[in-house]
Amino acid sequence: MFSKQLSVFIENRKGRLGEVLGVLKENDINILSLSLADTTEYGLLRIITDNPETAKKKLSDSGFSTMLTDVLIIKIPHESGSLQTLLTLLTENGINIEYMYGLSVNGEKASVVLKAEDALKAERILTENGVEFLSTDNI
Amino acid sequence: MIWNETKECMSRDEMTALQTARLKKIVDYVYHNVEFYRKKMQKVGILPGDIKTLEDIKNLPFTTKDDLRDNYPFGLFAVPQSSIVRVHASSGTTGKATVVGYTRHDLDIWAECVARCMTMANISKNDIIQVAYGYGLFTGGLGAHSGAEKIGAMVVPMSTGNSKKLTTMMLDFGVTAIACTPSYLLHISELLEQEGKIGDLKLKTAICGAEPWTDKMRTEIEQRLHITAHDIYGLSEVMGPGVACDCQFHNGLHVCEDHFYPEIIDAKTLLPAGDGELGELVFTTLTKEGLPLIRYRTKDLTSIDKSPCECGRTSARISKFRGRSDDMLIIRGVNVFPSQVEAALIEVKEVTPHYMIIVDRVNNLDTLEIQVEIDEKYYTDEIKGLEALKNKIGHVINQALGLNAKIRIVEPMTLKRSEGKAVHVIDNRKLF
Repeated sequence: MFSKQLSVFIENRKGRLGEVLGVLKENDINILSLSLADTTEYGLLRIITDNPETAKKKLSDSGFSTMLTDVLIIKIPHESGSLQTLLTLLTENGINIEYMYGLSVNGEKASVVLKAEDALKAERILTENGVEFLSTDNI
Repeated sequence: MIWNETKECMSRDEMTALQTARLKKIVDYVYHNVEFYRKKMQKVGILPGDIKTLEDIKNLPFTTKDDLRDNYPFGLFAVPQSSIVRVHASSGTTGKATVVGYTRHDLDIWAECVARCMTMANISKNDIIQVAYGYGLFTGGLGAHSGAEKIGAMVVPMSTGNSKKLTTMMLDFGVTAIACTPSYLLHISELLEQEGKIGDLKLKTAICGAEPWTDKMRTEIEQRLHITAHDIYGLSEVMGPGVACDCQFHNGLHVCEDHFYPEIIDAKTLLPAGDGELGELVFTTLTKEGLPLIRYRTKDLTSIDKSPCECGRTSARISKFRGRSDDMLIIRGVNVFPSQVEAALIEVKEVTPHYMIIVDRVNNLDTLEIQVEIDEKYYTDEIKGLEALKNKIGHVINQALGLNAKIRIVEPMTLKRSEGKAVHVIDNRKLF
């Protein structure tokens, strides 16, 4: 099951990230997880929110370049080695990961947000192996 | 030393007589050998016989870079292709290059003019000169090369691209003169300073051109390298380097005016400007066979001084350039028109039509940055996708300009939109 991740292109300018967050706050959009991939000139902010469509629209209206991407939010046990087990499964099936970041959840389960090169195959393999996904509605 | 005292020191009356005779001849020549000129003259109702004095030149139509483009590649050549022995090419305002052709006689004249300039820069047969302009379609390398050979100097044809090899040979060979762009020479001086080798140099003179530079920059070069530096000017359409150069008095650049007749016009009204007035420099080639040009608008802003110089030369001097009457940039000695960048970017579907060219000078080397906005539907949320796009744009720009540019992707709607003529260039260098 895929979830929508919102990506925002941000130039490396002072206060720019704060402006993105400001737009989300004004529109009462909650961030469940985020990652910032940065280069010397720009960054890509990737956000999991409870309302990606609205967040995209509001940010676009404010002049940001945004896009929605399908990612997998994968439940894993909150214990040592669980992420490695997951990656081994993907590796053995020849799936490359584009990027990945953690998503904090209370309780015994942790989760990671993952985008694979072959997203559909990744989803199938993980499902076949009994891996659970979260959606932005039930995190 | 003066290379050709007869031509460089003749009285104003003698020069006027020579120029008048040559002007009449060249106008007659182009009328009968180049359809473009014939039609243009017929259109304004002027015949070769109507040109009787130098002043009559004002009745002749101008020629521009666009005319060369419209007649690309060889349309303005006045001789059959079999008489052309070489071509060079420079940037055009859009995709196609500006192509120029030379007969063997043209090459001889060119070498003669460069020889005069080399001599003005105190270079002689006893010198070892590194020519560090690009060799190839650009006129700088081969032009300086042939002039240096003509005076009998020992020529080291370095071309561009390897500063380490250049400084090594400069030291090992005991090089005494160098021909390159002024900014590159400053860069070289920095390298030599870092190595603590300035004191080991035999260098005594430099002949720099292909880009505008200030007196302040000349002083800096002279002080850092303990040499004298001279400004050589030229443009491929008219000939190449060697059209003019400054002598040891640095009081303007002596024009080889027996071959290139200079005029200054008001760039707006196109009427002749008065003596000493600032305006656009216009050249008529008086002796060229391959690609003769009548009243070619250089777009360079300067003024002319026809008074004799302390050095003994009487040739007209043009002042250091004060700017351009068009939007051409000179980056690392390469002519760049913003329209070339625009035309190149149109080929890249991912970018919007908005762009900004930012030119600066860092450690004496020109930097070129091109900022682009990405069409939102081509955004990717992966760094590698954006980097691949940057590389793609960089490649397209390199193909168009012959220069490496740093490509910067900026956020949408951040590049200035202006009403009317858009501003596409920020030049942070202080060249004029």
